[in-house]
Amino acid sequence: MSRLIRQSQSLAPPGWTVFPRAAWPLLVALLVGVLAQWVVGANLGGFSSKVMLIAGINIILAVSLTVVNGFTGQFSMGHAGFMAVGGYVAASVVYYGSIKLFGSADFAGGVLSQTGSGADGAPILGRGDVLFVTGCLVGGLIAAAVGYVVGLPSLRLRGDYLAIVTLGFGEIVRVLFQGTPDQIQPWRAAEAQEKPLHELAIMLGGPKGFNLLPTYTTLFWVYLFVTITLIVCYRLKTSSTGRAFLSIREDEIAAQAMGVHVTRYKVRAFVLASFFAGLAGGLYAMDIGAINAGDLGFLKSFEVIIMVVLGGMGSISGAALAAVILTVLPELLRAPPPVWPLGALLAIVAIGQIRRSRWRVRHLVIIVVVTALLEGGRRYCLVKGINIADFRLLIYALALVLMMILRPSGLFGLHEAWELRLGRRKKEGPET
Amino acid sequence: MTQLLQTIFDGVTVGCLYALIALGYTMVYGILKFINFAHSDVFALGVWMSITIAGWLGVGAAGGDAPPWYMGLVVLAGAMAVCGLVGFVIERLAYKPLRNAPRLQVLITAIGVSLFLQNLGQQKFAFGPYPESFPTLLDNRPLFSVAGVEMWLSDVAVIGTTLLLMAALQFLIYGTRMGMAMRAVSYNTRNASLMGINVDRVISFTFVVGAMLAAAAGFLYGLKYEGQAKQTADAMWVMLGLKAFVAAVVGGIGNVRGAVLGGLLIGLVEFFGVAYLSSQYRDAYVFAILILVLLFKPEGVLGRATVEKV
Amino acid sequence: MNAMLFRFLAVCVATLSVGLVGGCERAPSDGGGGNDQTSGAPGDGASSGVLADSESGAAGPIRVGHYASLTGSEATFGISTDNGIKLAVEELNAADGIGGRLVELITYDNQGKPQESVTAVTRLIDQDKVVAVLGEVASSRSLAGAPVCQRKGVPMITPSSTNPDVTAVGDMISRVCFIDPFQGYVGAKFAKENLGFMKAATLYNRAQAYSSGLNDNFVESFTEMGGEVLTQQAYSDGDNDFSAQLSAIREAAPDFIYVPGYYTEVVNIARQARRLGLEIPLIGGDGWDSEELRNAGDALNGCYFSNHYSHEDTRPEVQEFIAKYQAKYGKIPDGLAALGYDAARMLFHAMERSPSLSGEDLAAAIASVKDFPGVTGKISIDEQRNATKDAVVLEVVDGVPKYKATVSPD
Repeated sequence: MSRLIRQSQSLAPPGWTVFPRAAWPLLVALLVGVLAQWVVGANLGGFSSKVMLIAGINIILAVSLTVVNGFTGQFSMGHAGFMAVGGYVAASVVYYGSIKLFGSADFAGGVLSQTGSGADGAPILGRGDVLFVTGCLVGGLIAAAVGYVVGLPSLRLRGDYLAIVTLGFGEIVRVLFQGTPDQIQPWRAAEAQEKPLHELAIMLGGPKGFNLLPTYTTLFWVYLFVTITLIVCYRLKTSSTGRAFLSIREDEIAAQAMGVHVTRYKVRAFVLASFFAGLAGGLYAMDIGAINAGDLGFLKSFEVIIMVVLGGMGSISGAALAAVILTVLPELLRAPPPVWPLGALLAIVAIGQIRRSRWRVRHLVIIVVVTALLEGGRRYCLVKGINIADFRLLIYALALVLMMILRPSGLFGLHEAWELRLGRRKKEGPET
Repeated sequence: MTQLLQTIFDGVTVGCLYALIALGYTMVYGILKFINFAHSDVFALGVWMSITIAGWLGVGAAGGDAPPWYMGLVVLAGAMAVCGLVGFVIERLAYKPLRNAPRLQVLITAIGVSLFLQNLGQQKFAFGPYPESFPTLLDNRPLFSVAGVEMWLSDVAVIGTTLLLMAALQFLIYGTRMGMAMRAVSYNTRNASLMGINVDRVISFTFVVGAMLAAAAGFLYGLKYEGQAKQTADAMWVMLGLKAFVAAVVGGIGNVRGAVLGGLLIGLVEFFGVAYLSSQYRDAYVFAILILVLLFKPEGVLGRATVEKV
Repeated sequence: MNAMLFRFLAVCVATLSVGLVGGCERAPSDGGGGNDQTSGAPGDGASSGVLADSESGAAGPIRVGHYASLTGSEATFGISTDNGIKLAVEELNAADGIGGRLVELITYDNQGKPQESVTAVTRLIDQDKVVAVLGEVASSRSLAGAPVCQRKGVPMITPSSTNPDVTAVGDMISRVCFIDPFQGYVGAKFAKENLGFMKAATLYNRAQAYSSGLNDNFVESFTEMGGEVLTQQAYSDGDNDFSAQLSAIREAAPDFIYVPGYYTEVVNIARQARRLGLEIPLIGGDGWDSEELRNAGDALNGCYFSNHYSHEDTRPEVQEFIAKYQAKYGKIPDGLAALGYDAARMLFHAMERSPSLSGEDLAAAIASVKDFPGVTGKISIDEQRNATKDAVVLEVVDGVPKYKATVSPD
């Protein structure tokens, strides 16, 4: 027995590799962040960068919701509530922290937080940046704690009831935040310095929202956190905890019979998702420079749910792709680009696949018909002067219903994008 | 004392509205075991159809004179008919293909339908984004006073109509063959179809009846708050529907009498909370009750606990 | 492993390209996707006048942006404002624009959301290269768009946001309406001096920044003038039943109730108040302004509210505006449409007087506007870039608002 133990211990990686193994995600994240801000962002221009930034925040939201809704099969409809909690806490830390520590609520960031020009002579990591990152992390932690408190009693409930309870929780959060006392304006910072922390912490603006925040969020920070989220969730999916989540989704009772402590794992999924939602909330607040719980109600939760459902419940790449598409789509719809180039490309691919008898002729027909319809619709709207963007939500809702009826697994289902095969599998022995 | 009575009275009146909507939720849940999220939008549709039909008939300009009383009934009948049709169409198109699908899928579809209806109503070719006022269909005046609390004609109309509809529903479910079929399908769908019951027809019928009750609730809501301007894009519609759903759950979902009891209970809780505590947390009281009930007695007040067999 | 890696990279590329294609919009007259505009693009110092501006092309149209809620629960406000602005643009273009250059208005819908406001304003500035931005109605959305304008050095005029914080964002941001502190003062002064009331109660919407802000300002002003606020009752968005709050007010027995809410709730409040036996007048703010007030029947007779303008004002510019608006849109313009109209016209007035269309020059020109004859009164921009102007108080008579008094700032 002891020989077995020693043998298996010898297979484990040596102790000193702990640090590189833990550090490489952070390094990759830093690299991606730098690429996003200074390579991609610099060449895209202000507006596209903004869209990319918002897409990044939505990716974090969608991927974190996939952990709960997709992996674990628990339908949570209160995700925006956690985002609000994290956002307000982060905003409070940054705003009142700036006042207490630096004397004013002005922007005190370094090069990493600057957009556009104007960064001459600034340090790479300003003291405001440190406060900002701390704020986001603290926001995430508090959101996770709230997730624990909410999750523990609720996760004993069945699917539909959990949905309603989480919806109710989201609304309660909104009501509570909108009842907070007024924030202290930046020009009254001296007053704020007198007040003790616990009093300041609840002065979150109430119905007027928490405004005039310094804007630290840039492509760098957003994509740093996006990468971390993606890596964490991907590793989670392939870890034993992830397996437990998936088993709960498939059949709760069987999982429990197999020794999986169902409620404990459900709560873990919930807490993790809430952490990332809180993080995203902090990024969101410091991007706009203001946060108002009234905008983070169940409609925002529905938006995130649509992203998760369309991307495939349980697919990280699906959720990320759907988040990007659904962020870009409203802007695209303002001035829809022609569809026929994409349709032509797909048709060519289809013909190639048909010749290799991987796809059927009807796939080509569907592609041609859909392209014709979309292009025709677009031309018609151009001629008549109809703005398609007004119908955006209508289109989403219809897409959601059609998706559920025709392809309920979403874009990718439980698989990731890189696991898909382009054609039908040839019959070759037992399924692996 | 006056305030206590006033609160009870208001709570009961609004509770009747919740009860009517909750009946729709509970009937659909009893038969199909899923929450029809789109139900609150049928309620909103009932309100807007009442406004539109009153406009077509040229009666009841808000703030003006009330038309003869039977016009109100015509508007009510019209709204109920349209909403019943809408309920039927939704069921056929969106829910029927998913009859055997996992519940999560149907839930998401219901959310999709709900969002679709909400946004459809806001379009310019539908009801448009502008606020419209509820028509004045009743010559509203105080009828009598009980211990300082005035009973207005509109309140009496609301309570009276609700009682009538509930009596009709009671007769339908316990006194007709269709009602027996509905009860059978809610016990066990497969065996009911083995017994020769056309399950599809029963399900459609249930949806239609639920939608008609929601439309009636909408009409009565407009009656109670006549002259007020509301717009399609208000989050209030979904909130009202949500509270009615909470009422259904609290009373015991799947249980018709539970829905009525739940509606009255939620109405009273809301109004007592607003009157004696703070009106700021109006919505929070209702959700707090939901959470309490789900934690301690998830099957609801009148529901029966079911044991899941492995 | 190779196949998987390849597919992973393919997916990354696909995702990025979706993002790029979507983000990179080709603006109609410009070439590629917009480059980041650094603040304060250099004005063309060589020649004076507007024709020499390099941004919108030497003789092309002048682009002005407007972001508003054209859908969502505040769609009516956004649409009204947009209508007013469009009317002003049409008038200007019919009179040959500014120095021969026509004005092109680009309006984006932000669906009532602050985050969309940020994208809309960024798009207007970076892609559509507007020289000025108009918007928004709600302070929360103005507060979202203002920092973007400030950072990029593009002047922004908000037609009707009344929260003082909006212009505090920076020197590029100004407004043509009065701010809530002034409106609260107007209500208090009218009640105290014109009506002689000493005791007030308030009923406000705590979930709405406008309502709660105006309430606070009124209470402050009224108590400063020596009046007494007996009780402050609150309700929330979506509330229909105010009997609890009105009963509490009835207990306190004030002379009047200050109701700084929107017209959608005010009708209901008035009716319920009358039902409970409260016959005292209600006084409110510009949120009351709507034709729907007539639905209250008798309940609102003898009530007052402060507003930006009265459509009975006999000044020729007001009557002409009303006639033109009605001809084009078929309705009597509300306060928001009038403010939109004034904001646009004031912007054009500043453009004509400004040496160039660069951000700094234009902002300075706007900030120095004095006594501009707007439909909503004579507008002068003060040091905080807020508008100093009169407010009118209207009385509701048979469901129709009629002019009662004018209150000027001290």
